[in-house]
Amino acid sequence: MRAGRGTGTVRAEPLKGRLVLEDGAVFEGRSFGAAVPAAGEVVFTTGMVGYPEALTDPSYRGQILSFTYPSIGNYGVPEYPQPAADSPEGDGDDARAILPPRPWESDRIHLSGVLCASYSENFSHHAARHSLGDWLKDQGIAGLTGIDTRALTKRIRTRGSLLGRIEIDGHPVPGLTDPNKRNLVAEVSTRRVRRYGRGTPLVLLDCGGKNNQVRMLVDRGAEVRVVPWDHALLTRPRDYAGVILSNGPGDPRLAAAAVQTVRRLVRQRVPTLGICLGHQLLALAAGAKTYKMKFGHRAHNQPCIDLRTGRCYQTSQNHGFAVDGETLPGGFKPWFVNANDGTNEGLRHERYPLRSVQFHPEAAPGPAGTEWILDEFLAEARR
Amino acid sequence: MTGPRRGRRNRVLLLGSGALKIGEAGEFDYSGSQAIKALKEEGVEVWLINPNIATIQTSPGLADRIFFLPVTPEFVERVIAEHRPRGLLLSFGGQTALNCGLELHRRGVLKRYGVKVLGSPISAIEMTEDRARFAQELRSIGISVPRSAAARTLPAALKIARRIGYPVMMRTGFTLGGRGSGIVHTEAELRARANEAFTSSPQILIEEDLTGWKEIEYEIVRDRADNIITVCNMENVDPLGIHTGESIVVAPSQTLTDREYFLLRDLSFKAIRHFGIVGECNIQFALDPRSDEYRVIEVNARLSRSSALASKATGYPLARIAAKLALGRLLPDLKNSMNDTTTACFEPALDYLVVKMPKWDLEKFRGASHFIGSEMKSVGEVMAIGRSFEEALQKGCRMLGDNIIGLVDNDFNIRQSLADLATPTPRRVFALAEAVRRGKGVAELARQTGIDAWFLSKMERIVRLRATLGGASTLPDDLLREAKEAGFSDAQIARATGRKEAAIAAARRAARIVPATKQIDTLAAEWPVRTNYLYTTYQGREDDTTPGAGENNRVLILGSGAYRIGSSVEFDWCCVSAAAALRRLGYAPVVVNCNPETVSTDYDMGHTLYFEELTFERLRDIWDKERPRGILLAFGGQIPNNLALACGRAGLPVLGTQPEDIDRAEDRHKFSTLLDRLGVPQPPWAEVSSRREAARFAARVGYPVLVRPSYVLSGAAMRIAADGAALAAALRGAAEVSRQHPVVISKFIQGAKELEADAVASQGRLLGVAVTEHVENAGVHSGDATVVFPPQKLYLETVRRIRDVTARLARALKITGPFNVQYLAIDNEVMVIECNLRASRSFPFISKVSGVDFIDLATRAMMGETVSPVPASLLDLDYVGVKAPQFSFSRIKGADPALRVEMASTGEVACLGNDLPEAFLKAILSAGFRMPEKKRVLLSIGSEADKVRFLPSARLLRERGYTIYATRGTSKFLAAHGVAHTRLYKIRERRSPSLLDYITPDRLDLILNVPLGLDRKELTDGYIIRRRAIDYGVPLITNLQLAELLVKSLATKSLQDLRPLSYEAYVPVGEPARVPEGTGPVPVARLRPPGAGRSRPGGRGRVAAPVPLQADRA
Ligand SMILES: Nc1ncnc2c1ncn2[C@@H]1O[C@H](COP(=O)(O)OP(=O)(O)O)[C@@H](O)[C@H]1O
Ligand SMILES: Nc1ncnc2c1ncn2[C@@H]1O[C@H](COP(=O)(O)OP(=O)(O)O)[C@@H](O)[C@H]1O
Ligand SMILES: [Mg+2]
Ligand SMILES: [Mg+2]
Repeated sequence: MRAGRGTGTVRAEPLKGRLVLEDGAVFEGRSFGAAVPAAGEVVFTTGMVGYPEALTDPSYRGQILSFTYPSIGNYGVPEYPQPAADSPEGDGDDARAILPPRPWESDRIHLSGVLCASYSENFSHHAARHSLGDWLKDQGIAGLTGIDTRALTKRIRTRGSLLGRIEIDGHPVPGLTDPNKRNLVAEVSTRRVRRYGRGTPLVLLDCGGKNNQVRMLVDRGAEVRVVPWDHALLTRPRDYAGVILSNGPGDPRLAAAAVQTVRRLVRQRVPTLGICLGHQLLALAAGAKTYKMKFGHRAHNQPCIDLRTGRCYQTSQNHGFAVDGETLPGGFKPWFVNANDGTNEGLRHERYPLRSVQFHPEAAPGPAGTEWILDEFLAEARR
Repeated sequence: MTGPRRGRRNRVLLLGSGALKIGEAGEFDYSGSQAIKALKEEGVEVWLINPNIATIQTSPGLADRIFFLPVTPEFVERVIAEHRPRGLLLSFGGQTALNCGLELHRRGVLKRYGVKVLGSPISAIEMTEDRARFAQELRSIGISVPRSAAARTLPAALKIARRIGYPVMMRTGFTLGGRGSGIVHTEAELRARANEAFTSSPQILIEEDLTGWKEIEYEIVRDRADNIITVCNMENVDPLGIHTGESIVVAPSQTLTDREYFLLRDLSFKAIRHFGIVGECNIQFALDPRSDEYRVIEVNARLSRSSALASKATGYPLARIAAKLALGRLLPDLKNSMNDTTTACFEPALDYLVVKMPKWDLEKFRGASHFIGSEMKSVGEVMAIGRSFEEALQKGCRMLGDNIIGLVDNDFNIRQSLADLATPTPRRVFALAEAVRRGKGVAELARQTGIDAWFLSKMERIVRLRATLGGASTLPDDLLREAKEAGFSDAQIARATGRKEAAIAAARRAARIVPATKQIDTLAAEWPVRTNYLYTTYQGREDDTTPGAGENNRVLILGSGAYRIGSSVEFDWCCVSAAAALRRLGYAPVVVNCNPETVSTDYDMGHTLYFEELTFERLRDIWDKERPRGILLAFGGQIPNNLALACGRAGLPVLGTQPEDIDRAEDRHKFSTLLDRLGVPQPPWAEVSSRREAARFAARVGYPVLVRPSYVLSGAAMRIAADGAALAAALRGAAEVSRQHPVVISKFIQGAKELEADAVASQGRLLGVAVTEHVENAGVHSGDATVVFPPQKLYLETVRRIRDVTARLARALKITGPFNVQYLAIDNEVMVIECNLRASRSFPFISKVSGVDFIDLATRAMMGETVSPVPASLLDLDYVGVKAPQFSFSRIKGADPALRVEMASTGEVACLGNDLPEAFLKAILSAGFRMPEKKRVLLSIGSEADKVRFLPSARLLRERGYTIYATRGTSKFLAAHGVAHTRLYKIRERRSPSLLDYITPDRLDLILNVPLGLDRKELTDGYIIRRRAIDYGVPLITNLQLAELLVKSLATKSLQDLRPLSYEAYVPVGEPARVPEGTGPVPVARLRPPGAGRSRPGGRGRVAAPVPLQADRA
């Protein structure tokens, strides 16, 4: 069993800091990450486990993430992944990249800052090597503990998502920036094509996808080619059996090139599975509308009902934009709906192998239970 | 649609769990009453069998019909046969209900009467209860279980153990609380333990030892359409090897990664689907702390202690949902009752964490081992809510009571060896902190105890913070806040910094360091919430709630805290009843309590709930936030009562009897003076501060004397000393006798009857008094006594005297509210031994038996309503109620089951009958007694006087065809008086037939062992007989008066004569409640069961003549 304590104990004169919101609200805290100021859209997740997964999820790009679960850092952080997910095995066409193991959903922290109520500098887990605070410091990411995260959540819930900044005493005060005005997808997408696994050839259009999507597909006997978000997928003849549109950060409408590509996939009826942002891209490509939600869904317990069966699934989610289910064009049907607020959680085409879900069937973090969506998609791709 | 809907065949029968016992306690009142409410919402007619009269679920107005009857196949079958319910609910009454249901199924009863088990099918119960089958089923679907095999014989067990390799874990099937289980290190040990286990269970399981693995539980809910969720997971701070009921438990898990958390969740789903569970269940895992290996330990296909904890921890009403799913409803169609908006098909997200701590009372068991392990011994628990582990842990420590002020700085003796922390006792958590303080490292402690370093490092942080506080010359706000965030109480900070508690409180208020009130809402604030389920935390700056601006009609009620011996579900009933009474009067009750097993902490009971410490500091915090009209302290037992003076001093208005008057009854000297002034006799007593003084007093009044050491300090028990040597021994038990810690000694009155008066007064005027009579003579604690109401063996004169003294006490103490007076009666004289100015243990009993709600009466008086007295005629009943204690000796290895002045029972039941024998037999059957069908009785009666007294009973037994066995002395006596019997020999006598061979359920079905002297600590033959009776499950009676009543009852009644009548058949059912103003008492029974006519005892049969009050005298 590994247990340890980060390099800076909170007792030894922690730097004071605070979260300042665009509406003027101030939440006092203590710094436990890098002593750097940060700015972004302040969002909360209600997931109770999985901070390494969340922090490496590219969908949080540009955001300051508040954990509603108070005690964060308990099981530390495992050995950092090799920087090279590039170190290929084999050469040329046959080269296969290696995915970092769980819990790494990408090779670095994407969000701008972390907030929690009770950071645990002490950690214990057989796989742990670093404290969360040390990891944040290594990655230059700000973190505040001692925040009344419940009060913050309630504020966001009533006012809608807010821009905010983390100030740390003795450090410059950043300005507020709205990440949703930027093309965040372009910031997080891979720049080169990589291949993983062997088997049914699939393409994953990487808009900021999580590694577990690739892991699960590879485990199911697929070869996954991860391509940049703006890759046109024009190879002729088509050398892939299906396309996964990954999750990713921000406003889907800003990823116009990807929407273009998906439009073509729709036209060609290429077996396609959209996940999260990928779901929104498919909806836009089909002609539906997306909108920014009041404060989004970031949780491991979003109940989604499969409209075909009435079965309700617990899903892992992380999104601030959503598809307007009312605007789906002919041929496309809502597939899942959120049992709590009735928002659209998935769509599928009546006849063609086109489908997408707002939630994360690959979980990590969050509950399994909807992996069958990947199985179904693979079965169709193989047909 | 599996469940019945409206219409004729709309009746379901719910089985309760009976008396509270170790391993099966108040949690089943909580789940049962919640289930009944939910079922009624669905339009189902609910009938309930539960002899536990102190529960909320057996209060009229909840179930449509209540049967105070044993939850045994015989009685349940008779109820089914007569009333033909359509459905049967087994999952809300613990193991008792489940086992009873299984047996009914095996006997073909369910089939014969077309009763359908609702919820999880019988097959699921069978697969999960049979440990061998369970393991085999899980293996078949690729789920890991401990390497194990079942054995039905000793040789088989030995063989398996040899194969697995020692140490092994030995367990018994069909029981709970890990009963009869334990780690076995050698073959010799296995022989002994297996033999014993086979007497209570047909099979045992030998399995691989997983001591030290993480113990993790999940609570799972599944509907018939396979919608499935996990409502909560929990991690035991104490790893495998220590029963979950004995472990400090935290929810959610703290040291599991996302992958581990959801891996175990996946496995749970796989297993639960395989078993076909519908409703709620619990699954326990062992997780290797060094790898990804896991094992499934067990599945409980029913609501459990853990599910009650999970409900309170998350705000998800598991029993309610399970009840609805049992009727066939689907999860996605049900709403989250926290907000009435979102679906119930979701997994709660917590934005706090909870720490559950067990409460033990091992000091109350003479001869019991003080070590804890895989068998459950704790009698209660508390749950602390906080936003850091440190905060919750320290709150939890304080919630245990016993003057604990937090994890560190307590002034009690830890009584756990710091050198052997791997062998835990109830105080290990404090010992760990002490070890850290003395410099032991977290890593070393983790290695020794298997406790995850994360938890230990949190304890270490508390210890360090304590050192910082102690070393600081000033107390800056930052440090004060940090300490409060880590759960330090004002008292703790005061002790650490050498300041006064009041100074700390003032300093932090001045610096605005006060706790924030937060709601529990199941969704971590993602959605607004309807209910007011609250806790306070220093890890937050903003209150979630502000008390309404309108009329202030809030009234604070303090609950009972952890269940313990002497204080359990009866006080919860009192609190819940008081809250209901307040609501009827238009007040808004605000309940403070910290016990997750209770109904008063059900956030769905229509009151504001603070799940909080019952300390003055916290009361004050809540007071500052709520600013209620006043506080009701009289319903939660002794813990709230003890806060009276502090409230009085701080100027917080206590409603009802005033703190200084409470003090006049609590303070021995003041009370004694008062009694003298009133001319009311009391046994002579003295407070002594040296051994010499003690001896002098005893010599003056004459032996025997009763010795009460300062319990908290020494942990030594109250005992009777028959002579000087015994007195010296008793005082040695009290670690210290000094000016600071005086010992109270009183003259022990022999041969006295014990009586109680439960009463309510208003401004000193008596409103109602119920006099009850103990079967056992004084010397058996009132909580262990068999209590009869109305009295059957008293002179009217005695009753009149008691009423009179009670009224005078009410007047003298200016009582407004409930109170209880304990009396001794001897030769027409009555003496007062104790007076408590609060509701007592027996309030639910006397209220339900008489049909007069004494709590309602008391509450109205305390709220200043004009209430007229209860007409005495209302308490003049033509049927009898008998309350019998429930003991849990079988769970406490080595404990001497003889009854003493110190209470040892963990629960109670009460039943009604047309006469004393009927009510008595029903009651003891409900408390685990079995009818001596084979009529083989062992007599072992201690003193000569007792032998003489018992002689007529022995003759009666012979007349009724009983075979009598006797030990030496008794045998001689019987022989001398011509009573035929067989002598049994003690081991020492080396002759057969030997006692030890005979004490098994096959050979004896009743043992009457009346110990010789008064309360002597004896490792004698008597002890061996008694202990063996317990270990081998032979019914045992250890009190002479009880034995006499038993023989008389057995002589007049057979099982068939005990009629399975409902409560409503005895107690006239009142009209629906109106809010009465200045009127008489509200009948406790408020609801006439729909469609049911009013019946009298005997149903179609004749009405029994009232039993004359002036029967033969004891
Ligand atoms: N194989 C084992 N090795 C060590 N300890 C065990 C093992 N199995 C169970 N235990 C311990 O014994 C306790 C009781 O066992 P359990 O199966 O849960 O019975 P119960 O029905 O009493 O809950 C558990 O809580 C656990 O701590
Ligand atoms: N002076 C006495 N003579 C005989 N029996 C007594 C005397 N005092 C107490 N008892 C017995 O001891 C029991 C416990 O004493 P009590 O003072 O009621 O303690 P507690 O505070 O625990 O209720 C009583 O129920 C009674 O049976
Ligand atoms: Mg268990
Ligand atoms: Mg008493």
